[in-house]
Order: sequence, then structure tokens, then C-alpha cells
Amino acid sequence: MRPIAHLNRRYHFSASHRLHVDSISPDRNREMFGKCNNPFGHGHNYVAQVTFAGPVDATTGMVTNLSDLDAFAQRELLDVFDHANLNTFECFRDIVPSTENLCVELWRIFEPYPHANLKRIRVEETGNNSFDYFGEGAPLSHEE
Amino acid sequence: MILLTRKADFSSAHFYWNDAWTEAENFRVFGKCANRQGHGHNYTLEVTVAGTVDPTSGFVVDLKQLKDILEREVVSVYDHRHLNYEVPEFAAAIPTTENIAIAIWRRLEGKIPNARLHRVRVYEMPDLFADYYGEGA
Repeated sequence: MRPIAHLNRRYHFSASHRLHVDSISPDRNREMFGKCNNPFGHGHNYVAQVTFAGPVDATTGMVTNLSDLDAFAQRELLDVFDHANLNTFECFRDIVPSTENLCVELWRIFEPYPHANLKRIRVEETGNNSFDYFGEGAPLSHEE
Repeated sequence: MILLTRKADFSSAHFYWNDAWTEAENFRVFGKCANRQGHGHNYTLEVTVAGTVDPTSGFVVDLKQLKDILEREVVSVYDHRHLNYEVPEFAAAIPTTENIAIAIWRRLEGKIPNARLHRVRVYEMPDLFADYYGEGA
């Protein structure tokens, strides 16, 4: 049996957002989201860390060819998310673009990658906060 | 049960090449990593062991002892070496980050007293790293 390894790759993008829910009052929005509710929005340098698992290919020594993964990430993630306003995206029309929801959206984006199995999406919003998502119904894993 | 992680650094040269392929095929698959002159990285190794805390010492493992094991088994063999030419396990395996993690696991397994090897993580760069949890994990 070929050994299973986990490959981790980090992608950087800068985007703006505003945390706001239309169905509740302006006061309640300010109370709930604080400075993240600023009407003009604000931005972050996000880091998306993706973890893929798979058998190490005997001929290449790889779980997946990084150039394939990088091309996929460029097309599906960076070309769309970098220097964009997250609130303008269809996926955030009805839900706030919190980093938690961003994790779930990135899972949806990377899960179809054909060459390895997605195991975790981590999004760092700033150097001091990060969020992990292991997929729908997956048990939490605390490997760090 | 406590997980304890120790880091170590090594700087090595490597290139990616499969002898069974043509030069064109190697460059198509491996890109600039196939340059036969080699290139290098500052690798960071993180070794995580699992164990129980000794009631007398308060340690899972003696950190100095773990540091010495990493130095003897890995760093002294890999640091300032060409992985393809000077490290035996890469005579038959391409020194990708994945294979380096697997090779280091095999070098360390069974050599750390009083603890079980849990994870080997190898950073080739801050934005690229591989994890290995052992055979069948």
C-alpha cells in the first residue's frame, strides 16, 4: 500500500467585506458586529490554507502536482477573490461573509479538485484569528 | 496524553527527476524543479510525539534527548547535503516534500523512548508543507 501523506498549501488574497444582516435593525447590527459593521466596509489580507490527502504517487513522489493545484487555486480562488469585495458575491448574498462562512465557501470551491482528497480548509483573517472547516458532518480534528 | 512538538532546521539541495521518463517528460511534470543542477531550500522539520507526562520529571520526553535524536537521525544526514546524491533513501525516491516527510518518519520511528511518533511535518517553504502520520494512518 502506498503511504498516505497530507499536502498543505497556503494562498494569499486581499479582500474587503462588511458584516451586516439586513433583517435586523442598524442598532442591533452595530451591537452584534461592532467595527466590522462599518457601512463602508474594511479589508484583510487573508490566507487560505488547504490540506489534501492522498497516496504518494510512486513515479512523481507527490500527493498531487503542485502546478495543477496552483493552477486550480489561481482559477477558482485567487482570480475571483483577490482584490474583491466579498459582499458582492452571490454566495454571500444571504449570509454574512464572516471567516467561518468563507471557510465553508472555500470548501465548496476546493472539494471538486480531482487529484486528491480535501481534508481541511483553514482561513486566517488576520495573524491572530483563524478558522478551520473539515467538511459537512466531519468530526473536529485538533492537530495543531 | 500530551502532544509535544520539536522543531529542527536543515538546508539542502535537491531536484526532481524520474529516470524512467524522457527529459521533456520530466520538465513537463516537474517544471523548474527538474533542473539537473539542483536548487535548495531552508527546510523546517516539526516532529510531534504523543505520550503521558512522567510524574517525576513532568516531561513527556526529555527535550534535550529528542533534540539529540533529531540531530543524529536527520539533521546530521540532511543538512548542507544534496538529497538526491548524498542521502541514501532518495537514490530510489524523488525528494519531494511528501517523500522527505515519509523518510524522516522511517528514520525516527521506534527511536524515541517513552513516546509514540504522532506526526512528521516538513516545511519546504512557509506556504508549502507536508504531513505524515505513519503507515496506514
